Amino acid sequence: MASRSNHDLSRRHFLKNTSAIAAGLTFHPFKATAKEEKRLNFYNWDTYIGETTLDDFKSKTGIVTQMDLFADSDELFTKLREGNPGYDVIVPANDYVERMNVAGILMPIDHDKIPNLSNINKLFLDADFDPGRKVSLPYMWGTLGIGYNKGNVSTPINSWKVLYDSDEYSGRISLLSESADVIHMALKYIGHSLNTTNPAHFKQVEELVIAQKQHIKVFAPDNGQDLLASSEVDIAQEWNGDIAQLMTEDDAFTYVVPKEGGLIWQDCLCVPKGAPHPENAHAFINYVFDADVGAEIANSIQYATPNEAARGKLGDDYKLNPAIFPPDEVIAKCESTLYLGEEVQRIIEDTWTRIKAS
Amino acid sequence: MNNWKDSKSVFITTFLPGTVWLTAFFLVPLGFVWVMSFGEKYGIIDIVITWTPNNYLRAVESIYLGIIWKSVWISALVTALCLMVSFPIAFAVSFAKDKWKPILLLIIILPFWINLLIRTYALIAVFRTRGHVNFGLEWLWEKANAGLILIGLGKHQFLGEKFQPLAMLYNDFSVIAGLTYVYIPFIVLPIYAMLERLDRSYIEASLDLGASQIRTLFSIVIPLTLPGIIAGVILVFIPCLGSFVIPDLLGGTNSQMIGNVIERQFKSANDWPFGAALSFLLMYVMFGVLAMRSLLTVRKSEMKV
Repeated sequence: MASRSNHDLSRRHFLKNTSAIAAGLTFHPFKATAKEEKRLNFYNWDTYIGETTLDDFKSKTGIVTQMDLFADSDELFTKLREGNPGYDVIVPANDYVERMNVAGILMPIDHDKIPNLSNINKLFLDADFDPGRKVSLPYMWGTLGIGYNKGNVSTPINSWKVLYDSDEYSGRISLLSESADVIHMALKYIGHSLNTTNPAHFKQVEELVIAQKQHIKVFAPDNGQDLLASSEVDIAQEWNGDIAQLMTEDDAFTYVVPKEGGLIWQDCLCVPKGAPHPENAHAFINYVFDADVGAEIANSIQYATPNEAARGKLGDDYKLNPAIFPPDEVIAKCESTLYLGEEVQRIIEDTWTRIKAS
Repeated sequence: MNNWKDSKSVFITTFLPGTVWLTAFFLVPLGFVWVMSFGEKYGIIDIVITWTPNNYLRAVESIYLGIIWKSVWISALVTALCLMVSFPIAFAVSFAKDKWKPILLLIIILPFWINLLIRTYALIAVFRTRGHVNFGLEWLWEKANAGLILIGLGKHQFLGEKFQPLAMLYNDFSVIAGLTYVYIPFIVLPIYAMLERLDRSYIEASLDLGASQIRTLFSIVIPLTLPGIIAGVILVFIPCLGSFVIPDLLGGTNSQMIGNVIERQFKSANDWPFGAALSFLLMYVMFGVLAMRSLLTVRKSEMKV
């Protein structure tokens, strides 16, 4: 039935055409190489930039940055899938860089316009999810692990077992609420790769988490650090930076990547196709990669920077903090997620629906 | 009454804006969603309309029907709670002195001036283990325990060794409490409007003729305000059925409602056709509820005849 006439009904085509007209009326994207107005539209995670970075960028270049915030990668993807609503720089995580690139909504980045790229650690200048870093450049990286209150556990935590397969801390544990995160870490606990495509592995995860559910207090929408701080839970599955921020406020808490390994991720700076100010976007990325600017950002958000020059400017409590920069043997056991196609995505979502409905 | 054809310009100026609005911003988008529910996903962002029934066949699988059933009973319970709380409130406001009425109504509408998300986060601070309710209870416990010690009964520890906080957050209780809290104004206002229109002499007549207060309430007041009650019930039940923010923020590991599943289809699952089919399935459930309502009204008018 996928005939020509049906294809004309495709909603995307309809929306693409209308949004192209809208874009033509407002942004003149094809005149971009001429003089650009001094504006930049930046789409970022919350609390994910230095406190004065955008103001400093304005006083240095005269470019006014309008920053919008998204709460999760899906929000970012949903907003851009029907055509770019006018963003110049976005901050997707590695698996979404791959997905967006497959969907053809990212613009190639011109490395020649970013001389500060020389500050970035060589390890980050190539990646499986974007060979040659054609469409993405590294912003921050980190791990997914366990944050916990040292005073309220019998022995230091070192395994996903306490969260996935144990009643020892019944009612005092939280997992994240993102389907993929919960399922990927369960795969690591069982001993599979988190990039498995085998439906039997997902079945094992489903049984494991359903059996454990009675002991889990909540699937937390990325607020594990608040749950820990308010003593709602004692052990939380969380991103390292969130726990590192909490640790700077209270030494009762600590962070660990379990012995089975966790997830290693990288948030990237990308320019979506149809960006109204691509020149400013390159200028902004170059500015963020400056050593001093990078140091200010890293110091305020407490995530690991790939910017070696910036890291060198910061104190030992940042640069040698194992919660931010885990030791090499821990990193060796971590995996990063790959985009494995829509079918695997659907298995993950269906597994999650069944877990929550049981 | 004049025929509308005699004053066409009046008719057009009155009805055109509403009709255009309804068509452009409700019926047309709804049509898009309906068409999409017969589509198939190709690759990551392409959707091709193939008129496949598969999305609906998947939507009536037992797991989704189970989730819809859970959403229906949570919504029904919330509606019943709202009704029980709001009828006395509406009654009190309606029988208050005239100078107090605007102030009392203002107090009822006041929560609307604050964003839903902020009210929900405030509820987290109220319900959590180290939250205001448990702090209050702990304070009472300490005072009571101190009292027992004072009268020499301290060693028996009647109240337990230590205060045990109540688990009020992250379970179905918090979802039901949160939804009830948010939707109460929707049901108070229509009932209040009906009570205002109620001719007080009916109540006096009923009492004069020897009916008790309770009898008057159930035989006179409730039947005469029934249209307001039904309107309020619908205004609460339908948005409740599709809610997803409150179960997301206040719910525990089991508190998944159909709204959450639909939201995920449009976000992390990236399966818009299936999400569209689920939305329409939910809409058919709502039509069912509304049809039941008009069926009841018809039966009633037949009974009267």
